[in-house]
Amino acid sequence: MSLLDFFRTTKPSTASAAKERLQIIVAERRQQGEALPAYLPQLKKDILEVLAKYVNADPNMVKISLEHSDDNLSVLELNVTLPDDDESA
Amino acid sequence: MARIIVVTSGKGGVGKTTSSAAIASGLALAGHKTAVIDFDIGLRNLDLILGCERRVVYDFVNVLNGEASLQQALIKDKRSENLFILPASQTRDKDALTMEGVQQVLSELDQLGFEFVICDSPAGIEHGAMMALYFADEAIITTNPEVSSVRDSDRILGILDAKSKRAEKGLEPVKQHLLITRYNPSRVDAGEMLSVDDILEILNIPLLGVIPESQSVLNASNKGVPVVFEEQADAGQAYQDAVARLVGEDKPMRYVKAEKKSLLKRIFGG
Ligand SMILES: Nc1ncnc2c1ncn2[C@@H]1O[C@H](COP(=O)(O)OP(=O)(O)OP(=O)(O)O)[C@@H](O)[C@H]1O
Ligand SMILES: [Mg+2]
Repeated sequence: MSLLDFFRTTKPSTASAAKERLQIIVAERRQQGEALPAYLPQLKKDILEVLAKYVNADPNMVKISLEHSDDNLSVLELNVTLPDDDESA
Repeated sequence: MARIIVVTSGKGGVGKTTSSAAIASGLALAGHKTAVIDFDIGLRNLDLILGCERRVVYDFVNVLNGEASLQQALIKDKRSENLFILPASQTRDKDALTMEGVQQVLSELDQLGFEFVICDSPAGIEHGAMMALYFADEAIITTNPEVSSVRDSDRILGILDAKSKRAEKGLEPVKQHLLITRYNPSRVDAGEMLSVDDILEILNIPLLGVIPESQSVLNASNKGVPVVFEEQADAGQAYQDAVARLVGEDKPMRYVKAEKKSLLKRIFGG
């Protein structure tokens, strides 16, 4: 620390800028869910097969997403759009 | 079962090899039978840090290609009878690292009664780094208090969660440990460097240790003696603490606060 630094009362903190920027990119990366479990495609396929027993199943009917809202909490969201009654088998 | 621990980071030059050598030596000193494997094929360095470079006869790739047995290639450390080193090859290409081959070596080490297998990963997220982390039970994420290193650590955490054997087989996830290296408390105080708390808040994984930036690391590597043997040195002690935590001991963090400087020193620098 130099003489000047010592008497300068407010130092600009580049560390806090670094922290803010990192928090944003890390949150983005974690949301994108690079960590999607490998079983998701198979799960979707199995669900479609079961559905096909009862209705005309089409791959677009099932939407699956996984969200990590917290460290210890992941939410598996399953969205099934059923066809109109007259189309059902 | 042997605990397979990868020392990884994404970013290069953050202290993976230094940490692998120090932690493997520390575990061996504490009485645990430990093997340390250099996965940095083509850029062997672990042997140099451990001071056994002149005793390398066969290497990891020789074993994978069936040109030598694992026992022939393992080098017994001259300081601890519990430590064995499997050096990387210096010449051949890393395609020799196959999933089956690596698995075979790891299971042989397990059969030989090793308690710990430390895998020193190369930098990056290419084949060598993937092979080093694939079979890991635990990962030591080596991170410098600096933006690109922290970001790369987060990338590696994502890869461990998605591409490791444990992730692919739906087993319990790879246990993550954060090791912050090259930490400089006075620069943190000056607001120039991310603090331990900042990094913990960003990455949000359990802290294994904080290793200060230290001249003793360079001295140790010059001599080929892992820095844990420098018992008086700050970095040596910080690695000892990290090793103790790895085997379940509770140790307070040392060397995370700047030393109080005298007023004169503060005014005139130094
Ligand atoms: N705590 C420390 N204090 C000072 N210097 C350090 C510290 N830790 C590591 N270094 C130095 O940083 C450099 C890189 O260390 P090391 O080779 O262990 O990194 P690495 O992550 O294995 O690199 P690579 O990605 O190339 O394999 C070396 O010169 C080493 O001496
Ligand atoms: Mg290295």
